[in-house]
Amino acid sequence: MELLNPDQWVDKYADYLYNYTIVKVNDPIVAQDLISDTFLAALKSMKNFKGEASERTWLISILKRKIIDYYRKINSKKGSAEVHISYKDDASEGDWLEENAADPFDKTAEDTMENRELGLAILDCLEKLPKKQAEIFKMKTIENYDTDAICKEYNITASNLWVIIHRARKTLAECLEKNWFK
Amino acid sequence: MNIKFFLKCNKAAHLCDKSQYKETGFLEKLFLKLHILVCSLCRGHAKQNGKLTETIKAANLKTLRPEEKEILKKRLENEISRGH
Repeated sequence: MELLNPDQWVDKYADYLYNYTIVKVNDPIVAQDLISDTFLAALKSMKNFKGEASERTWLISILKRKIIDYYRKINSKKGSAEVHISYKDDASEGDWLEENAADPFDKTAEDTMENRELGLAILDCLEKLPKKQAEIFKMKTIENYDTDAICKEYNITASNLWVIIHRARKTLAECLEKNWFK
Repeated sequence: MNIKFFLKCNKAAHLCDKSQYKETGFLEKLFLKLHILVCSLCRGHAKQNGKLTETIKAANLKTLRPEEKEILKKRLENEISRGH
């Protein structure tokens, strides 16, 4: 049975949960609040964790409920649930139901979702790395820190850094190969 | 495999990593290009490495800043110390 380690949640899962949330709520502050609420709610219901799913899957299931609650709350504040429809032009206004239910020309939402899946797959693979390696890789590759700045922060030499980056890239490429490198 | 050749591949792999972050100088670029021209193994690796860079870029990943993570940790720790 898998055990829960709340003191490692932030380091291990915060970025994953953040990428999961940000596409849905599109506001960094709201996303961070939802993640914080998720951790606290998880802490309260630790005894309900049966160990059937992984720790992260369990946290995501709580986060999903938090996101739904958030949308309920903002919708009730407006008085009623609002549905945003963007008409392509005035002429097509009449048949919005059929035409806009699934808009084949609006690819952005779909792309964003696909990118999110990809992003989560990358973070998933990064979890296989030792913590320090993953952190350094993220700083260098995602946050675009200078080599010097990272070396100073972790007190390592540039060649140490490149060895770490090389290992991380190798693991990541192998991990992503099956599903994402087509 | 001849040791000298192996060392060159090692160097090429390192330069290939550096080039993913646009940190190679002129001579390094030249070395890498020439090496890839003659070495099919490194050519394959360079292609895959470049694909990884593109994939990560396409994912448009976001990370929380260290201070934002610190806030999350503090709130969680407070709650833990309050008797959970």
